[in-house]
Amino acid sequence: MREIAYEEIVKNVRDIIVYSASNLPEDALNAMKEAYENEKSPVSKEVLKQLLENADIASSEARPLCQDTGLAVFFVKLGADVKVVGGLLKDAINEGTEKGYVEGYLRASTCHPFTRANNKDTVGYNLPAIIHLDIVEGDKIDIEYAAKGGGSENVSRARVFPPAAGKQGVIDYVKECISDAGPNPCPPLTVGVGIGGTFEKAAISSKHALFRNIGSVNEDPEMAELEDVIKTELNKLGIGTMGMGGTETVLAVHIEANPCHIASLPVSVNVQCHSSRHTHITI
Amino acid sequence: MSTTYHLTTPLSDETVSKLKSGDIVYLNGTIFTARDAAHKRLVDLLDEGKELPFDIKGAVIYFVGPTPPKPGDPIGSAGPTTSYRMDSYSPRLIAEGLKGMIGKGKRNKDVTDACEKYKAIYFGATGGAGALLGKQIKSAEIIAYPELGPEAVRKLEVVDFPVTVVNDTYGEDLYKIGRAQYEVK
Repeated sequence: MREIAYEEIVKNVRDIIVYSASNLPEDALNAMKEAYENEKSPVSKEVLKQLLENADIASSEARPLCQDTGLAVFFVKLGADVKVVGGLLKDAINEGTEKGYVEGYLRASTCHPFTRANNKDTVGYNLPAIIHLDIVEGDKIDIEYAAKGGGSENVSRARVFPPAAGKQGVIDYVKECISDAGPNPCPPLTVGVGIGGTFEKAAISSKHALFRNIGSVNEDPEMAELEDVIKTELNKLGIGTMGMGGTETVLAVHIEANPCHIASLPVSVNVQCHSSRHTHITI
Repeated sequence: MSTTYHLTTPLSDETVSKLKSGDIVYLNGTIFTARDAAHKRLVDLLDEGKELPFDIKGAVIYFVGPTPPKPGDPIGSAGPTTSYRMDSYSPRLIAEGLKGMIGKGKRNKDVTDACEKYKAIYFGATGGAGALLGKQIKSAEIIAYPELGPEAVRKLEVVDFPVTVVNDTYGEDLYKIGRAQYEVK
């Protein structure tokens, strides 16, 4: 058994949260630069320029890229040969999250669903973190983190189709989702599509798909092809950067597919704004 | 086609009537922040016949919940939030004299109708440009509802705050115009 100290997890989580808030990861930054080069609309191009300038200011002056510093979402793979010493893994992630948001001067965006109250007694400073945990072989803790903003989350949707809907049903559903969303989720977007599994499995897969690096190729050739088809369709919508009209509406479409029940075809679409703040560490 | 203006708040009917969808505006002077929870409280005050915490006549409201300021800064990152969540409240405030709203994303027909009827403008600021936009805010003071945290009502002084006219007083919508130009059917 490898022992990993509770405090070490807290520190790592705190650090990635603070860093991610002001530093757009390389894959997202490159995708934005590429969109700037390709964009045909002068208005959208101007806004993309403003966003690249924003990324520059954020990183050089250590200011948050966006005032919506998100809810903290984690996909954690805990090695079966790891023993966390000094506390529980979940508590360490939550403590690191609170430390990161407080010490990084980030916004606390959690509240009670009905009273909308935002105070430490009920929710903590941007707590709880959303944690998806898996146990795997090995003696490491693998942590994928993203700061998930509300504007793009609000246009996300899920539906269980009958199997007859097929691939075309998926394409049409994603297109309808992004078309209806228009300027609201802060395009250019990354679109995560969870296909198959159960209702909740599709939703979690669509979230996890957003953590993949933009520009990476899907390991499943059939899904890689479907990603290309959907991306082309979405860019025909003409929404452009921040909905100003343009040719670059999505930076990437990422699919995660799972086997599903013979009666169902669950599909979930999770949308990520242009400020795709995600990172990956291994302890 | 697009014209650039430098304007100082409060805004008059005459000023907002000049503006057309797609125009670039650099705003100067005082603007007020309010998001979901604050909007509900403002409209509740009107329903109760009470006074608002600031003069709504000619005012501009910015839909924003900034990050906390670092020591020495007036405010943290401060880009716009999605505006449709304020759609059920904005027409009431427009009828009371509100002349400008700054946010991002679509508004509903009630809001755009009110913009036409009472002469008000919906400005779009660049979503996700919080670091850049925060730098155009020179001072910030909480004037109501401090318990709402990021949603408290703040009085901001801004210098050359960059916005674009999305919905003007003539019923035009920049999002529709822009998208129609690039949509491939």
